[in-house]
Amino acid sequence: MSTLRIGNACGFWGDSIDAPIRLAERGRLDYLTLEYLAELTMSILALQKQRDPEAGYAGDFLDMLERLTSILTKQPDLKIITNAGGMNPLSCARKAKAILDKAGLIKKIAVVSGDDLLPQLDTLLKLHPLTNLDTGADLASIRQRVVSANAYLGAQPIAKALASGASIVITGRVADASLTVGPAAYAFGWDWSDWDRLCGASVAGHLIECGAQVCGGLWCNWRDVQDYSDIGYPYTDIAPDGSFTITSDAGPGVNRETLIEQLLYEVGDPARYLTPDVVADFTSVSLEHVNTRTMRVQSAKGKPATDTYKVSIAYRDGYSASGTLVIAGPDAVAKAKRAGAALLQRIGCTFDRSNIEYLGAGACAPGIVTAPGNPPEVVMRVAMHDQQKAKIERFAKEFAPLVTSGPPGVTGYTTGRPAVREVFAYWPALIAKSAVQSCVEMLS
Amino acid sequence: MNEKIMLSTIAHGRSGDKGNHANIAVIAYTPTGYAWLRANLSADLVASYFAPMQPSRVERFEAANVLALNFMLYDILAGGASRSLRIDTQGKTLALTLLAMPIDIPNGLERMTRQLPV
Repeated sequence: MSTLRIGNACGFWGDSIDAPIRLAERGRLDYLTLEYLAELTMSILALQKQRDPEAGYAGDFLDMLERLTSILTKQPDLKIITNAGGMNPLSCARKAKAILDKAGLIKKIAVVSGDDLLPQLDTLLKLHPLTNLDTGADLASIRQRVVSANAYLGAQPIAKALASGASIVITGRVADASLTVGPAAYAFGWDWSDWDRLCGASVAGHLIECGAQVCGGLWCNWRDVQDYSDIGYPYTDIAPDGSFTITSDAGPGVNRETLIEQLLYEVGDPARYLTPDVVADFTSVSLEHVNTRTMRVQSAKGKPATDTYKVSIAYRDGYSASGTLVIAGPDAVAKAKRAGAALLQRIGCTFDRSNIEYLGAGACAPGIVTAPGNPPEVVMRVAMHDQQKAKIERFAKEFAPLVTSGPPGVTGYTTGRPAVREVFAYWPALIAKSAVQSCVEMLS
Repeated sequence: MNEKIMLSTIAHGRSGDKGNHANIAVIAYTPTGYAWLRANLSADLVASYFAPMQPSRVERFEAANVLALNFMLYDILAGGASRSLRIDTQGKTLALTLLAMPIDIPNGLERMTRQLPV
């Protein structure tokens, strides 16, 4: 069998709404993957589902699907795999079906679920403590505040859905790389203990999961990007042996530098990158330049997958707000510091946590980088966090008066009072794979 | 006083978040540059450079196949994506901060700088 082409044109919820159309048109893909779920997206979707049992998925996907219908008509074999299902993949799939029906497209849609552990959380806790991976704390301490708890499922249910004839697979939480591993394992009939091939596909999936980031997005040598307006999105051509190429459909292409920067993005130990499918050894791969758009990656070596899934839990953690003001003119930093101090004194209460920073004067690396000289203006940004909503509301109301009652040169206050938002904290944990049942359902 | 250059003269990189932790990949442009990084850019040095941001510890990993060192900076994100009150909640800019680190001009610098085409 020849190679399998998988393109990813959505690296996060909020990514370009034109990229999937362009990539599908230019790339002639076998599979289009669309990734929507950041670490804490599920908590927001969980609350949406609480308010409306039909909600709780990434609605942007449905808008995208509608725009993709003409391409699906022209490319009837194109398959789509997405985690847009979020907390409600079934509802998302039903709405997707309605869109396809309206366009006269008959597609088998599969729903992958079982990642949502919230319904049986208390039963699970009797055998699986879900201790915090970072702190070792017991989940009992925050159990009543949990709003979502999802296991990162792997590629196997996706492959199963494809084997059942699905051409659109809508999942809840799965590992990002598994969106790529699933179709490759299915297409080539890989064994689920073929660690080297699974590793190859996982590396490919990891490289394309953030979309443009492997195609020149964020590239340190940004001067070499001639036109950011048409930055490329990536596709991978995976061979039956698990080796692959990565190609960009436009822009500066994929090269050694853009590829390595993305290879190590959000990675801990590169010799042990854990996915539900394999322990991938990123230090085993060799890279080869093919042409200005394409790099080849081969010789990936994997180790047996662990017997646990990662679980991402979100829990309520009070309220926060942040506001910004521009302070311009001579001594901008000194004036901003006076304004910040005055604000804290006026509010007159203490907060669980607070932070005042001066954007333009080294805020991104506080204490390490400082602004040279005297910047003509800085942005004062004040952020507060407290368990008591009333305190955060008071802060939000006291922020604006600095426009008339602070130092001179204050401007940039046009967006109104800082918005008070609920904070969801992140609780990473592990759970035995045997405790989680993934589920594949075909929408009839 | 020795003349200094920025680390970015011999390396590029990228950073990202993992909960409340951040990773920074530092990628040499040449094998000679990688040898310099291995010998000089220790976890201790990175920890002391970032000390004002209070990482609880710094761990270094090697990826010789791509001429890269990868640093994990634990608990450096002041709460991470969800809880941090900082503008850079996810440590997206930390790689550029590290690459701006002044270093003594290494012997054989001309064999460490970027060679085109990449």
